[in-house]
Amino acid sequence: MGKRLWSVPPSSSSLPPPPSSSSLLLPPPPLLSDSVWEGKALVHRRRPGGCQDAIRSLRLFLFPICGLPEDQLRPPLLLLPPLHHPHFNKPRTSRRLAVPGRSVKTEPPTKMSGYQGKKNIPRITSDRLLIKGAKIVNDDQSFCADIYMEDGVIKQIGENLIVPGGVKTIDAHGGMLMPGGIDVHTRFQMPDRGMTAADDFYQGTKAALAGGTTMIIDHVIPEPGISLISAFEQWREWADSKSCCDYSLHVDITEWHKGIQEEMETLVKDHGVNSFLVYLAYKDIFQLTDSQVYEVFSVIRDLGAIAQVHAENGDIVAEEQRRILEQGITGPEGHVLSRPEEVEAEAVNRSVTVANQTNCPLYVTKVMSKSAADVIAQARKKGTVVYGEPITASLGTDGSHYWSKNWAKAAAYVTSPPLSPDPTTPDYLNSLLSCGDLQVTGSAHCPFNTAQRAVGKDDFSLIPEGVNGTEERMSIIWDKCVVTGKMDENQFVAVTSTNAAKIFNLYPRKGRIAVGSDADLVLWDPDLTKIISAKSHNSTVEYNIFEGTEVRGGPLVVISQGKIVLEEGNLHATEGSGRYVARKPFPDYVYKRIKARSRLAELRGVPRGLYDGPVCEVSVTPKTMTPASSAKTSPAKQPNQPVRNLHQSGFSLSGAQIDDNVPRRNTQRIVAPPGGRANITSLG
Amino acid sequence: MSYQGKKNIPKITSDRLLIKGGRIVNDDQSFHADIYMEDGLIKQIGDNLIVPGGVKTIEANGKMVIPGGIDIHTHFQMPYRGTTTVDDFNQGSKAALAGGTTMIVDHVIPEPGTSLMEAYDQWRQWADEKTCCDYSLHVDITHWNDSVKQEVDNLIKEKGVNSFHVYMAYKDYYQMSNSELYEVFTFLAERGGIAQVHAENGEIIAEEQARMLQMGITGPEGHVLSRPEELEAEAVFRAITIASQTNCPLYVTRVMSKSAADIISQARKKGNVVFGEPITASLGTDGTHYWSKNWAKAASFVTSPPLSPDPTTPDYLNTLLSSGDLSVTGSAHCTFSVAQKAIGKDDFTQIPEGVNGVEERMALIWDKAVTTGKMDENMFVAVTSTNAAKILNLYPRKGRIAVGSDADLVIWDTDSIRTITAKTHNSAAEYNVFEGMELRGAPLVVICQGKIVLEDGNLHATSGVGRFIPCSPFPDFAYKRVKARKQLAVLRAVPRGMYDGPVSEFSMSRGGTPSASARTSPTKQPVRNLHQSGFSLAGNPAPCGDLCNSTGGMSTIFLKDIPSFGVSVMVVKGAV
Repeated sequence: MGKRLWSVPPSSSSLPPPPSSSSLLLPPPPLLSDSVWEGKALVHRRRPGGCQDAIRSLRLFLFPICGLPEDQLRPPLLLLPPLHHPHFNKPRTSRRLAVPGRSVKTEPPTKMSGYQGKKNIPRITSDRLLIKGAKIVNDDQSFCADIYMEDGVIKQIGENLIVPGGVKTIDAHGGMLMPGGIDVHTRFQMPDRGMTAADDFYQGTKAALAGGTTMIIDHVIPEPGISLISAFEQWREWADSKSCCDYSLHVDITEWHKGIQEEMETLVKDHGVNSFLVYLAYKDIFQLTDSQVYEVFSVIRDLGAIAQVHAENGDIVAEEQRRILEQGITGPEGHVLSRPEEVEAEAVNRSVTVANQTNCPLYVTKVMSKSAADVIAQARKKGTVVYGEPITASLGTDGSHYWSKNWAKAAAYVTSPPLSPDPTTPDYLNSLLSCGDLQVTGSAHCPFNTAQRAVGKDDFSLIPEGVNGTEERMSIIWDKCVVTGKMDENQFVAVTSTNAAKIFNLYPRKGRIAVGSDADLVLWDPDLTKIISAKSHNSTVEYNIFEGTEVRGGPLVVISQGKIVLEEGNLHATEGSGRYVARKPFPDYVYKRIKARSRLAELRGVPRGLYDGPVCEVSVTPKTMTPASSAKTSPAKQPNQPVRNLHQSGFSLSGAQIDDNVPRRNTQRIVAPPGGRANITSLG
Repeated sequence: MSYQGKKNIPKITSDRLLIKGGRIVNDDQSFHADIYMEDGLIKQIGDNLIVPGGVKTIEANGKMVIPGGIDIHTHFQMPYRGTTTVDDFNQGSKAALAGGTTMIVDHVIPEPGTSLMEAYDQWRQWADEKTCCDYSLHVDITHWNDSVKQEVDNLIKEKGVNSFHVYMAYKDYYQMSNSELYEVFTFLAERGGIAQVHAENGEIIAEEQARMLQMGITGPEGHVLSRPEELEAEAVFRAITIASQTNCPLYVTRVMSKSAADIISQARKKGNVVFGEPITASLGTDGTHYWSKNWAKAASFVTSPPLSPDPTTPDYLNTLLSSGDLSVTGSAHCTFSVAQKAIGKDDFTQIPEGVNGVEERMALIWDKAVTTGKMDENMFVAVTSTNAAKILNLYPRKGRIAVGSDADLVIWDTDSIRTITAKTHNSAAEYNVFEGMELRGAPLVVICQGKIVLEDGNLHATSGVGRFIPCSPFPDFAYKRVKARKQLAVLRAVPRGMYDGPVSEFSMSRGGTPSASARTSPTKQPVRNLHQSGFSLAGNPAPCGDLCNSTGGMSTIFLKDIPSFGVSVMVVKGAV
């Protein structure tokens, strides 16, 4: 794809790949270099199965032998009646009806960008689209209907729709049409110590679209000391000029003081941000203390936003890093050794605790280990409003690669929390995702190229962190969860799109196929098989952490903002067409419960009479802490309202007593008056 | 009963003692035998013992004879803002003996910034003067730096202390950061100490306290409201994580809630070396009393972590104690008078913390756990005495009835019924948190250092007879497993060739520099950098020219035949 900064010698990829996928390492068929059908014929034997598999094998086997373009290969499929796949059963002539749309495919990308937003071009070619005969898959049900969209919005759903003439039509042949994926966690173009993550908003969103994701939510990460607003605006500028799909932004809180609180309010009220991430890791850089996290969470709850957390105990990580380096371990294996999964689970547990105390909804980004996922699942059983986000990497691969002898390959897996060295982790996380204990999936897509990673060649703690995954997310989940029977297609839609839309208050504009929703759709082919490889991916980096993984299921057609961006393996993404999607606070999905609990959580003091027994003299140094938190870090405190002190207000709940003015002797025993004040003096 | 400690009285009446017809109950088995003791030691166990004539004999009549209880957690005579807890070492150890406890382990609490050694000497002096039973000391680490580390080392080596307590609560006062905990635990693991922890998240408590006070809640109920049990469970979880990272045995003092106990039992199932210590109060009563309209009564329950308002908690903790998920019991006896508690009459955060329990501990556990059938008498001995002795490395001198062991014994009456009340207890406090509770099971005779101190309901404790019992490091009970794991836990680097491809330029302004905060890193040593030491884990790579496809050998991005160790990044770039 001509995007490598320097060529990789064969030695780097000739290493033994992970054992689980060793049989996959076969050269791609020469004829189908970039096609979605790549490599099928060579790998089909790996999937043993019944009669259907045998037939599919036969079918797949035909393609490379014929050596014909994909379109021309379809007719032979009709000879295989037992295969009930809609795409293959319909006569080829009916596959694509509409004439105007045909040109979309053949037009060069520059021409494509021409009609974006230009109103002088007839609407017919750009903004109107009909999909016929689709099986519409939402998170709650699937049903067959046609869909008509216009101006980027779904206008009609049903049968026998009345649509303007000459509308471009896609015949889905009963194929699954689902809401476009929402990648809730990306870090495109992320600055790190003067470097920038290899995929910018253009490359990144292109990769997202290629994988069936039509919206991304990126993280604004202000350097400590930089204002949130200016960082936010910087990200807006980058994304507006380059993003090819709709996007929104989370804002990371990397320090805490009064000004930050005001900026958060502004972001929520004026800029459509409803989620903020805090770091429990990255000591002395981004890490916040428990008190600060408490205060941030309190502010977030009052604003109606979502508290996201990067959960790792940064203090322990720092200590372990030092220890590991002392032992002479400087390679990428040190990264995972210094960040054991317990440290992740601990931080998840702690943030759940703080969230419970503050009655703030919690969202744990990057769930990478079994124990962290278990903590979330347990907390949910206890009623905590907490969401867990496994990422493509944790669902699709494991941390055994950190021990690769190829430094560059090992370094490509460096992310935090690290991938678990336990090879059963992905399966476990997929199971929890399927049963609803984990709810949303992101990619945390933030790859760096090898030269950038090499900054840490002598010290793993300096390796820039982040893995790829925005393009692979949907397919990996389909392959690991739906193909294996862990979840159905509706749950698939829920975890790849709908839940994210609900949590971040984009629903039902995003995350659902319904009249009035955005026309972000994916026509999904459950049988599409693909071998993931850095050679064919849309990211700019040299390594793909899923290299050689064969996944079943992929997008056949991707529609973003009502326009076809992926069709027949060709991507027509338009730089800068992505819109910023503002999000309102207090998403129902999250805050209904929080609000109900706020009403219940009112605490009351016990009305007591005045204690007027003896009081010990004390020295001035207080033993217990004064409840003021450290001076630097308490913007959340309202200016201390004077504490209403019942005991000094002259107001007595038990009413005035006849002996109120009689000073008591210290050790005197006095029988309490019947039904009156029950004081110290009523000993025994 | 004038023979206590008076040396002019013939030995025959003082130092030799025979218990006939008792049923000896150890943690592993029970059997019938006579016990003969002399000079404070058990000399013979068996039937038809040959003993000197005229020995004082106690007829046990088939009653249980158990090792004297060990109260592993007391705070006698604890200084607090210029006052002192009302039970000093005399009063406190008397109460202990009255309840069947023949050894206590007290906590030395040095003020932050002061010397551990001085505090230790101070406590030794107080205790030596006044204690009526044998004692040992835990030392609390309230701040951390190089000199504290040195003192900890000395205490372990020379002063007979093997357990150190750290606080995760009391922000800006005793509280330690995670990094400090890591360093303390690492050090203790090296030296064979036990890390004890007061597990509560102090930062969140501080925030919650501020919130309660703002809401106008100033009474003792604010104490429990600002310290919900989740904060205890969270800190326990964190302490276990750190202990597991540092391979250090962990001891959680004062397990007060179900969720904290659950975390401990889960961790034990995963293999963590962790011990949980419920206290008399958490096993016997609950936190509903914080809402008492009687301020003084409510305040008398104030302790940290607080008693759980969930009334099913005591039963739950007793069950876990019986199943072995919790290991030892203490009392955390730390009593203040009402006048002292009243320091916090307008602000619950100022109420001095601590409850009674040293006297009630044995009877309460018998009543709640043995009479209910949760545990048997042997388990009772384990959780009240033997396990504590094992953790402190005092076993089998303490915690077991065997020849050669100390003659600290209790003849236990399983049928006696007593009602607990402040009117009759041996503590100086006006309130007893177990007031009105009827308990079955009590000591009939208590023998301490071979001398009868309780008989016929009369207590004959002698101030100052208690000896300091030094504890040695590396108790087998905790450290056998830790040592085995240490051998396994050696980490190895992957032998790789040198990466000598292009390297991006970057600014050092931020990045994961692994430095701990400057204030808190006494254990820091210079980082050994392999790449500058000239030592290569990968060995000398065979020269094979550029870009060779080595099979299973070194695999760098660019294979060069000359390893360029110690050359700076920029130079390598230039060379390429």
